Amino acid sequence: MSITQLVGIFLAAILTENYVLCKFFGICPFLGVSKKLDTALGMSCAVTFVMVLSTAATWPIYTYILVPNELEYLQTLVFILVIAGLVQLVEIILKKYIPTLYNALGIYLPLITTNCAVLGVTMLVLDKGAENPNFGYIASLVNALGAGIGFLVAMVMFAGVRERLETADIPESLKGLPITLVSASLVACSFLGFNGIVDKLLP
Amino acid sequence: MTEQKPLIKEFTKGIIKENPVLCLVLGTCPTLAVTTGVSSALGMGIAATAVLVCSNSVISLLRKLIPQKVRIPAYITIIASFVTIVQMLIKAYAPALNDALGVYLPLIVVNCIILGRAEMFASKNGIAASALDGLGMGIGFTAALFIMGSIREILGAGSWLGLKIPFLCDDPILIFILPPGGFFVFGMLMALANKLNSKNTKDNTRIGCSACPMNEKCSHQSGKECQQ
Repeated sequence: MSITQLVGIFLAAILTENYVLCKFFGICPFLGVSKKLDTALGMSCAVTFVMVLSTAATWPIYTYILVPNELEYLQTLVFILVIAGLVQLVEIILKKYIPTLYNALGIYLPLITTNCAVLGVTMLVLDKGAENPNFGYIASLVNALGAGIGFLVAMVMFAGVRERLETADIPESLKGLPITLVSASLVACSFLGFNGIVDKLLP
Repeated sequence: MTEQKPLIKEFTKGIIKENPVLCLVLGTCPTLAVTTGVSSALGMGIAATAVLVCSNSVISLLRKLIPQKVRIPAYITIIASFVTIVQMLIKAYAPALNDALGVYLPLIVVNCIILGRAEMFASKNGIAASALDGLGMGIGFTAALFIMGSIREILGAGSWLGLKIPFLCDDPILIFILPPGGFFVFGMLMALANKLNSKNTKDNTRIGCSACPMNEKCSHQSGKECQQ
């Protein structure tokens, strides 16, 4: 894998394959935690961190333990337990050694275990690897990082949109979640515009 | 268990009054992702219902054996086992559905409806009530997916369950099967549900703590709106 290809994977994961707006992973935190900019930022940083870390752990487990023993069907079970364990571990380590980071990300960490974006990324990179043998460990990690940054971009953008909604005059039945979803639809529209850009940019 | 009446109530409440998708706002990710067509929406609904009924029953049976501290990992393990079984069955008997659902099939594990019902209902109630609760919630989920899938397929592809609809299929509104259409239809359906429910409840429009995937670990639980 050349650097250009890796950059292509990274950009594609952020723009054209945006996990929230194009693949619908992690909608719950997207709708739940995007009310304020700082919480949106904290949550997305924690998600990015866990995504890269869990991909780093699950990729070798799948490739070197499950596949040689013909245990691929245990993928779901093993991955969710690895992610859950990893999140706990990160929480404990951060609490003990880097309390400042723990204070910033701490409250979001337990939420991430059930975030489908994390499990989705770990599985999708393996699907991509099955289709294209060149898509190895490094490419998977880059993809996971891009997915996390894409989550961050969507969250931060949407937090801005939602702050505007606070003062808007909205029909009674659309108040709350419905109008949030309609605005999410418009934000998703803007991401449709990126289709094809990455392929053209990095042939 | 208790009398017959409450049991029926456990079953029916999931379908309309506490519809997991439209009223409790749980399991939004699969709702948006697989409703591009009616068939994949129905497949997802049935798969999730099967997992929900099985996991609810088993968790209800084991509720006195599972220690309080490790209950969430225990629930996740039980749910993941059933998801794996369903996944293997679908792979063997309905490979087309397996391709249509793709990665969303294993993602049933992290569907908040299932963990949410395990935590809120099955861990406190007997097996009959839990199984019925799971079935009701599953049917409610399937119904919501079915409605959304129908709207999106009819408008976005001009067909229903693969059958072409005259006139509409000549020039379908493509955006409805693209991601923005998913958000839009979901928002509109929820607005409709709000309108219909507005007489009964007032706080329905907000994301309640019950919708939060980590409801039980949240320290700012207020019962109504997330304080974060």
